[in-house]
Amino acid sequence: MTNSPVLSSIPHKSEASFFRRLVNTEQFAAYMFVAPAFVIFLLFLLLPIVATVAISLTNWNGISPLSQTARGASGQIIFTNQANEEILIPKGTELKSPIKDGVIYVTIEDVIIPAGSGSTQQGAVQASNNSLGRETNIRANAVTLLPDALLERVSVTNPLPISGGVDNAYEWVGTTNYQRLLTEEGLTQRDFFLSVKNTVYFVLGVVPTQTILALVLAVILNQRWLKAKGFFRTAFYFPSITSSVVISLVFMWMFTRGGLVNTILGGIFTDYQSVTWLNDANGVLHNLFGVFGINRATAGEFWQTRMAGITLWDWISGPSVTMFTIMILNTWTTIGTMMVIYLAALQSIPSSVYEAASIDGASMWQTFRRITVPLLGPTTFFVVTIGLIGTFQVFDQIFVISSGGPAKTTLTIAYGVYESGFRNSQMGLAAASALVLFVIIFLFTLLQRSFIRDQDET
Amino acid sequence: MATAAIHESTARKLTKRGLSIVAIVFLVLFALIETMPFVLTIANSFKCLPAVEQFPQVFVPNSLTPTGCKNENGITLPATATTTPYTFTPSLEGYEKIFQFDFPMWFVNSIIYAVNVTILRLILNSMAGYALARMTFVGKRAYFFGILGIMMVPGIVLVIPKFIIMRELGLLNTYWGLILALAADPFGVILMKQFFESVPKELEEAAFVDGASHYTIFFRIILPISTPALTALAIFSFQGTWNNFMDVLIINGSSPNLYNLPLGLALLRGQFGDTLEWNTFLAGAVMTTLPMAIIFFIFQRYFVEGISYTGIKG
Repeated sequence: MTNSPVLSSIPHKSEASFFRRLVNTEQFAAYMFVAPAFVIFLLFLLLPIVATVAISLTNWNGISPLSQTARGASGQIIFTNQANEEILIPKGTELKSPIKDGVIYVTIEDVIIPAGSGSTQQGAVQASNNSLGRETNIRANAVTLLPDALLERVSVTNPLPISGGVDNAYEWVGTTNYQRLLTEEGLTQRDFFLSVKNTVYFVLGVVPTQTILALVLAVILNQRWLKAKGFFRTAFYFPSITSSVVISLVFMWMFTRGGLVNTILGGIFTDYQSVTWLNDANGVLHNLFGVFGINRATAGEFWQTRMAGITLWDWISGPSVTMFTIMILNTWTTIGTMMVIYLAALQSIPSSVYEAASIDGASMWQTFRRITVPLLGPTTFFVVTIGLIGTFQVFDQIFVISSGGPAKTTLTIAYGVYESGFRNSQMGLAAASALVLFVIIFLFTLLQRSFIRDQDET
Repeated sequence: MATAAIHESTARKLTKRGLSIVAIVFLVLFALIETMPFVLTIANSFKCLPAVEQFPQVFVPNSLTPTGCKNENGITLPATATTTPYTFTPSLEGYEKIFQFDFPMWFVNSIIYAVNVTILRLILNSMAGYALARMTFVGKRAYFFGILGIMMVPGIVLVIPKFIIMRELGLLNTYWGLILALAADPFGVILMKQFFESVPKELEEAAFVDGASHYTIFFRIILPISTPALTALAIFSFQGTWNNFMDVLIINGSSPNLYNLPLGLALLRGQFGDTLEWNTFLAGAVMTTLPMAIIFFIFQRYFVEGISYTGIKG
C-alpha cells in the first residue's frame, strides 16, 4: 500500500514525501477507513431518514419522476369552415376548454381554412398555462369552444385526445397526511387504526410469550446436570437462521384446513371442529367472550361507541384467528435467538452467587425470582427491545400468508406502509405512517424500559 | 432439630427431582415443536401429492430409489399406493416441478447477492470498525453515535426513500442496487469494533516502530488474525442476505429476472392462490434452506459466539 508505484513515480521528491506524509497521518488513514461505509450509510440509511420526513409532507404518488414539473397538454384539432370564404385563424388564438373553466388552449401557428363551407384544416394547439397540468388533458371528440368572433364561421373537433398534461411530481401538503391518518374521519383513518390495533395485539401477544419461554428454556438448558446441551441449543436456534418466507410456507401447509394441526387436534379432542386457521377473521377474545354468551348483540349499547371509526366492541376483539396463527409462527421462530442471548448472560453469572443463595436456604423459586431475573435485567431489556422492534415491523409473514386479510384483520402498520406506498401510489401517506410507526416503537421502548426498571427495584 | 433439617432437605431433594423431570419434559416437548416442522418438510417434499395430504403423517422412506407418482397410463396414484402405515415411497415429483419454474435462476441470484454483499461487508465493516476501535480522528464520536442511532430506526421507515434513491441513481432493478444498499451495516461495524478492541495493542505498536503505515498494519497484520470475527461477520451477512425478502421486493420487485429465492417463492405462492401443490413448495423450502443449513452446521460455533457477542442476528 505505501510503496504504490504511483507515489514513487512522482518526480518532485519533496512533494511526494509531503503527499506520502499526509496519506500516512492517522487522521487521513482513519478517514480512508471509515469513508466507504460512511458513503453507504449516508446514502441508504441517513439520507432516507431525512427523505422520509420530507416525503411524508407531500402528496407524491411514487411513480412520477421527482424532477417532473407541471406541463400543459397539446394536440391537433380540426377546424371546419362554416362560411364560404377563406378564414385565417391567427397564431395565438385562444380556445376555451368545454370541460374545465379557466383552461385555455392557443394555436401554435396561423391556420388557414380553405374557402368553401365544410372544408377542413388541421391545426396544432397547446394549453396556455402549464401549471394546470393534468387538468388540460381532454378526451377525443370533446368539442372545443372558440372566441365569439369566430364562433359562427368555424366549428372545431378533436378526433384525437389533447394529451400530455402532467402535474408537478408532488406538492407540499403540510401535515395533511398525518391528519388523514390520525384525526380526519374516513377510510384512511379507520384502516390505519385497524392496523395499529392488529399490530399492538400482535406485539403484546408475541413479545412477552417469546421472552418468558426463552428465559425458562435458557434456565433449564443452563442446568449443570443436563445432557446433550448442544443438541437442544441447535434445535432451538435453527429456525431463526431460516428464511421467513420458507417458514411461512411450511406453517401454511401445517395449518391448512385439512392439514396437520387440525388432524392432530382432531385426534386429541374427539369433538374438535376444524378451524380454518388461515382464513378466520374472528377475534380470539371475541371467541372467548362468546363462550360466556357475550357477543356483539348482547354486549350493550356502550360497546357500539365508535373510536377512530372502529366500535369499542371491535377494539377488544383480540387478534383474529389468522393473526393468532402468525403469532404462533413468529414466536416459534424467534424463541431460539432470544434463548441463546439469555444463555450467554446466564453463563456470565458467577456460580458463587448461587452457592451463597443455597447456603442461605433460598428455595429454587426464590433463587430464580430474586437472583436470576434481577441479574438478567439488562439482558431482558435488550431482548424485549429487539423483540419490540422486530414484531412491530412484521411484514414478510403477512405478505406470504394473508396479505392483510381476512377482513383486514392481519393488516399491520408495516404491511399498510407497503400497500399504500407501492400498491396504491400514495407515497406521502405511506411515509407518514412509517414515521408514526417509528414513534410508536420508540414510545414502547421507553415504556418497557421504565417497566423493567421498576421490576428490578422490587 | 437435626432430623427436621434432614427431612426438609429430603423433601427439597424430592421437589428438586420432580422439578427436573418437569423441566426435561418441557425442554423435550419444545425441542420437538421446534424441530418437527423441518422433519415434516423434508419428508413431505419427497412424497407424491396425494400422500402429502395423507394423515397420520409418516416420515420414513421405504426405499432410497425415488419412483414416479403416476402409473403407466399417466394417472396419479392414490395416496394408499405410495404409503404404508409407517413408511412412504419417495418420489422426486416436487423437486422436478420446482425446477420447472425459475427456481434455478432465483438460486443463482441468491448466491450473487449473498456473496457480493458478504465480501463488501467484510471489507467496509472491518475498515470502519478498525478506525473506530483504534484511531483518533475528528468526528469519531459523531460517527459512532450516528451508527448506534441508525440501528434504532426500523427498516420499514427506510424502505420508501431507499426505493427513491435507487430510482434517482438508476439502480432500481439492478444487481448493484440491492448489493450496494446492503454493502455495509451498523451491526457489522459494531461487531468488528468490539473485536478489534480486544486485540492487544502491542502488535500494532511494534509494526509502527518498524515504519509500517496504518494501511499495512491493518491489511497485513490485523486482518489475518481477525478470522474468528470475520467468520462471524461473514455468516451473519450471508444469512441476512440469503433470507432477505423486503429489500429485494422493494428494489428489484418489478424485475422477475432479479428475484432471489424468498421473493420468488413468495410470489409463486401468490400465483397459485389457495390450491398449492404442497410437495412442490416444500421441495422449494428444502432447497432454499439447505445452503444455510450446511453453513450453519459447519460454522455453528461462530453463530452462537457471534450472537452472544453482539446479541444480534442477521
